[in-house]
Amino acid sequence: MPGAIYAEGLVKTFGEVRALDGVDLDVPEGTVLGLLGPNGAGKTTAVRVLTTLLTPDSGKAVVAGLDVLKQPHEVRRSIGLSGQFAAIDEYLTGRENLQMVGQLYQLPAREAKARAAELLERFNLSDAADRTAKTYSGGMRRRLDLAAALVVRPPVMFMDEPTTGLDPRNRLQLWEVIEDLVAGGTTLLLTTQYLEEADRLAHDIAVVDHGKVIARGTSDQLKAQTGGERIEVVVHDRGQIPTAEALLAAHSVQGAAQSGVTVEQHTRRLTVPVTGGAKLLAEVIRELDSRGIEIDDIGLRRPTLDDVFITLTGHGAEDEETAPAEGDATEAAGGKKKRKSRKQKKEAVK
Amino acid sequence: MTATSTAPTAPRPAAPAGGGLRQSVTDSLTMAKRNLIRMVRIPEVVIFGLFQPIMFVVLFSYVFGGSINLPGAGLDPGLYREFLMAGIFAQTVTFATAGAGAGIAEDMHKGLIDRFRSLPMARGAVLTGRTIADLVQTALTLIVLAVVAALVGWRTHENGLKVLAGFGLLLLLGYAFTWIGALIGLSVRTPEAATSGGLIWLFPLTFISNAFVPSQNMPTVLRHIAEWNPFSATVQACRELFGNLPPNYPVPDAWPMQHPAWASLIWSIAIILFFRTLAVRKYKSATA
Repeated sequence: MPGAIYAEGLVKTFGEVRALDGVDLDVPEGTVLGLLGPNGAGKTTAVRVLTTLLTPDSGKAVVAGLDVLKQPHEVRRSIGLSGQFAAIDEYLTGRENLQMVGQLYQLPAREAKARAAELLERFNLSDAADRTAKTYSGGMRRRLDLAAALVVRPPVMFMDEPTTGLDPRNRLQLWEVIEDLVAGGTTLLLTTQYLEEADRLAHDIAVVDHGKVIARGTSDQLKAQTGGERIEVVVHDRGQIPTAEALLAAHSVQGAAQSGVTVEQHTRRLTVPVTGGAKLLAEVIRELDSRGIEIDDIGLRRPTLDDVFITLTGHGAEDEETAPAEGDATEAAGGKKKRKSRKQKKEAVK
Repeated sequence: MTATSTAPTAPRPAAPAGGGLRQSVTDSLTMAKRNLIRMVRIPEVVIFGLFQPIMFVVLFSYVFGGSINLPGAGLDPGLYREFLMAGIFAQTVTFATAGAGAGIAEDMHKGLIDRFRSLPMARGAVLTGRTIADLVQTALTLIVLAVVAALVGWRTHENGLKVLAGFGLLLLLGYAFTWIGALIGLSVRTPEAATSGGLIWLFPLTFISNAFVPSQNMPTVLRHIAEWNPFSATVQACRELFGNLPPNYPVPDAWPMQHPAWASLIWSIAIILFFRTLAVRKYKSATA
């Protein structure tokens, strides 16, 4: 049985550009799919097709068990969309915006009113509820936009780059909101160009480039494709590089003979693929020390989704100016921990 | 994965009880309300919308008034002033086109149209709601303008019903033109383009007409255009219904000038049907 969001062979061309070039997706009910890709990869086009805003040239799409092409009106009753820009009326108050959306979802006026109050409370907008949205900060607008998408508690949600342009604090807040939502059983398709975001929020990730899904899997599976962890050493004295290389080669997963150590002469940086984590790192430090090799820097590096992305596409995720500072190895590990705790929370809900 | 147990139990939107038409009406009213709230919160738009027609009333009355030779009235500035007002009223209502266009273009630009299109609402309601709100604004503008016109000496010489019918034709014309504006708003990329795109063609349309000067004095080609101009029909109909034609004014032989009220009605309804169809079709495939 197909998932809550299912697409098969979606093609959409704009003139010469194949924005979607045969996209297949399958998102099981209650899970989050992260659609990851650079600007212009086709993420937004995919969302627009799945939310009935755009008719594909060919292909099939089913959302919440309904055919997107044949029953668009019914699909619209079961979905919530939070687009790339906060789609709210600036001259209406937060409350008026939500009531309007509720009424357009065909809720009776009284219910729309009650629901608006409830959402304003939940999204921490009660104090600003009767101010025009023009006076809201970027984070508040985003929250209001998301609230509008949740008016009828749709079973399937689409979010197109929900945190683009938000500062780190607001991004974190929004992530928590999204995690709560998913814990409640909502199926979510999320597009992002922030690898960190996909890593934290998505159960499955589909990497999109040039209108095609070029890889899919869990964050861990994708990272495994890029190889395991590595130790990176920067030695102080260029003359000690050969000694350090021999020492590191002994710990390489590929065995001492094959070495597998990469050396960058000008930065004096040596990298070796390993298994054994922090324990091995401590051992390497002791060995280097006992041989009198002075080091400027050393670290255990796990592959980030950034590495995955570069490996897969041959270019970075942030083609354009809006790239956030990517998490280093430690942060990536932290994110993973977070994910686990969310999974546990979800179990608890069940 | 069996998430069904945790799936949201929602106030799920029910199918509209009264069917498509009832939903169209309620959705359109919801959208009209939204646009009217905006109007109250941005009163500048309404206020600036009044400046130009008031300026025209004063300029045309006093600057051109004494120099325009009205068939059947000569150079009487008082008679010209009465003759002029229907023209200014009609021009004012057509300027609502630009407002509707800019408003819809702004909604497109800000992603609101995407939100509306992803909601289970009636397809034409976003546009209908906007045009209804513009109609309310047009009506307010007309009231203010009529007061100013009365202050500079404009009077009606027919019974109240006929005068109301005249204003009714003006509002219908204005409403028809907002649908042209809606189509323009959906077709351009920015609100600024919608404003200029909504205004530019109105100048030849309203000047190659009987609005400010009698069409009889124009070169033959322009005279024919002026006499068949949908805009002229409404102006002529209002002059008759207000009793603002000079006593011996020779009415042109063209059919719309002989039967201006019917011509005005037919033109306006035809414009609504044609442009509403195009605009709603455009809306359905709109991309921001």
